[in-house]
Amino acid sequence: MRLPDRGVIKLDSLRVLLVDDEVEFVETLAKRMNKRNVKASGVNSGEEALEFLDQYPTDVVLLDVKMPGIDGIQALREIKERYPLIEVIMLTGHANVEVAIQGMELGAFDYLMKPMAIDDLLYKVQDAWKKKTLQEKKIGERLQVSSV
Amino acid sequence: MNQDKDTHNGYYYSLTRNMLLVIILVAITPMIVVSSIILYQFDISYHEKVQAHLEELVLKHKQQIDSFLRQRLGDIRLLTSTFSLEELRNESFLRDRLELLQQIYGPVFVDLGIINSRGIQVAYAGPFKLGQAHYSDAKWFQMAMKSDYYKSDVFLGLRGLPHFIIAVKENCCGEEWIFRATIDFVAFNNLVENIRIGETGFAFILNRKGEFQTKPLFDLIPNKEPYTDFLGDSDKFKGGVRIIERDDESGNRVIYVGALLKHGEWLLVYQQKASDAFSDLRRTLRVTIAIVVLAGICIVVIAFIISRRMVNRVAEADREKEMITEQVVETGKLASVGELASGIAHEINNPVAIMVEEAGWIEDLLEEEEFREGKNLDEFKRALEQIRTQGRRCKEITHKLLSFARKTDSRIQNVQLNDLVEELIALSAQRAKFANVDINVNLQENLPILHVSQTELQQILLNLINNALDAMEKTGGNLAISTHLEEGHIIVGVADNGPGIPESNIARIFDPFFTTKPVGKGTGLGLSICYGIIKKMGGDIVVRSKVNSGTTFSVKIPLPEEKMPKQSTT
Repeated sequence: MRLPDRGVIKLDSLRVLLVDDEVEFVETLAKRMNKRNVKASGVNSGEEALEFLDQYPTDVVLLDVKMPGIDGIQALREIKERYPLIEVIMLTGHANVEVAIQGMELGAFDYLMKPMAIDDLLYKVQDAWKKKTLQEKKIGERLQVSSV
Repeated sequence: MNQDKDTHNGYYYSLTRNMLLVIILVAITPMIVVSSIILYQFDISYHEKVQAHLEELVLKHKQQIDSFLRQRLGDIRLLTSTFSLEELRNESFLRDRLELLQQIYGPVFVDLGIINSRGIQVAYAGPFKLGQAHYSDAKWFQMAMKSDYYKSDVFLGLRGLPHFIIAVKENCCGEEWIFRATIDFVAFNNLVENIRIGETGFAFILNRKGEFQTKPLFDLIPNKEPYTDFLGDSDKFKGGVRIIERDDESGNRVIYVGALLKHGEWLLVYQQKASDAFSDLRRTLRVTIAIVVLAGICIVVIAFIISRRMVNRVAEADREKEMITEQVVETGKLASVGELASGIAHEINNPVAIMVEEAGWIEDLLEEEEFREGKNLDEFKRALEQIRTQGRRCKEITHKLLSFARKTDSRIQNVQLNDLVEELIALSAQRAKFANVDINVNLQENLPILHVSQTELQQILLNLINNALDAMEKTGGNLAISTHLEEGHIIVGVADNGPGIPESNIARIFDPFFTTKPVGKGTGLGLSICYGIIKKMGGDIVVRSKVNSGTTFSVKIPLPEEKMPKQSTT
């Protein structure tokens, strides 16, 4: 079985951060993504996530909604405030539509319900990354225009 | 449960009994009191009437007998004053006189005789050969000599037959003579014997010694106490008659009516058994008692029927109440199941997610070179695929559980039901086509706007439509969806002509986790969720189903209570 390959976009440069209080979930998912040539790191709380983002450049954050300490929504708010370009995909353990809608309003790219198929997850992550690169490109162009 | 039923039955039993007793008491008591009072009054007045009647009767006869005796004496005195002693001593003349008397009065006078002061009968006319008979020792003769006239007691005398004598003393030729007439006992007896009332009423005459002066109709009465009682004090005869009541030897109550005759020498006694004298009263009493008893039975029967009916009503009301309580409990149960379910759903998806991820990881690793040639590779893959499938199933269940816990979008919105229905039909059209189901839509136009959660309403209707399609999946059929306005609410009907729901399942279809679908196909939560949501809306859902002809679900959605002022819809 071939791993899915999505056209022109190379996954090599994609950096993903997994945030979930379930350690095993994060570990396994990271392993699986790395195996698919997606650089994935995992942390286990909102605080750790913010720390991580301070140190390492990241493209997409997969953020669990329900966590002890800073919960998903709170973390999302922080991330969007500090790093507006980073795309966030919400992960929920249940079909809490209201929370998901709230997340979307706060600027999350999308939301997924656990357990999800790895392929679906990767497609979503790629879409988010695409959006991010597009946005970066636009900003770059604008910056060029303004500098000229 | 059985015990419960028993106490219930006991409760209804005692309720029936109490009601029965109260009705009977209230109905029967006045009846008995009233009829007793009336009977008592009737008894008294009837007694008085009977006694008055008897007094009258006896008094009349007393006068009759007295006048009979007086008349007979008068007859004799007429004879003695009309004819001289000389004429009367002529036996043939005397015989003529006797014949004349017998012609006038019948065989009352038996014979006539003239006795001189020495007690020798000097002349005689009559059937017996009593000429020259000596009466000087006879009591009556002695008595007769002492007064002007005399009436004897009944005695046998020389002739050996019961009779009595009327004697008149005459002075003639310097000598006292007795003219006497014998009165036939039978004729006199008739006077008294004719006093007969009822079966046991009869009369007789006693003298002062208590000897019978007439032949009583019935055998001699051994107990003479009442009669001596009468004879004892003659002062107590009011208006000449006196009534007493006594028990005789055999315990029967007997009425005695007494009247003195012949200046207190004789006593006319009339006696009758009380039961006979008051037989009319007895009959009335019997009829009354029969009526009272009959009425009592009627009352008891009616009371029984009424109380049974009342208690049945009460029991019915209780059952209804119980059913409502049950429903309330059921709804509460659903709510608590919902709470529990949401808790489970929150927690279960994470471990499931991990399991699925781990399975995925193994799958990934199987791609490695070293496992490629493993002989059980396919088996591994199948197993991993199975884990993933089951994980998905867990997810579905928890999602349904969560919607069951009403964590869906429950914001109240203005909803145009027909639009919503049409959207859903469009959504289901594809599936219906595959299932070979025709959808018929019959929507009432201009339905009022509803104030409900759109998502929830969608969920309910989609669920019903999906169920209907599931039911007809194999056979195909017709799905009819209708809306119409009824007083205070809108009714949405979802009707299929699928296999229907068996009677035994109807009661359970709204229970959580009840499903007839194969394992893995249904969670048994759909209708349960619908039920919960509809109840929360204040609506109702009703199912009618007939095996082999189809099922109809009717959802009743209440209209907003007050007519809101028209606002632009959000």
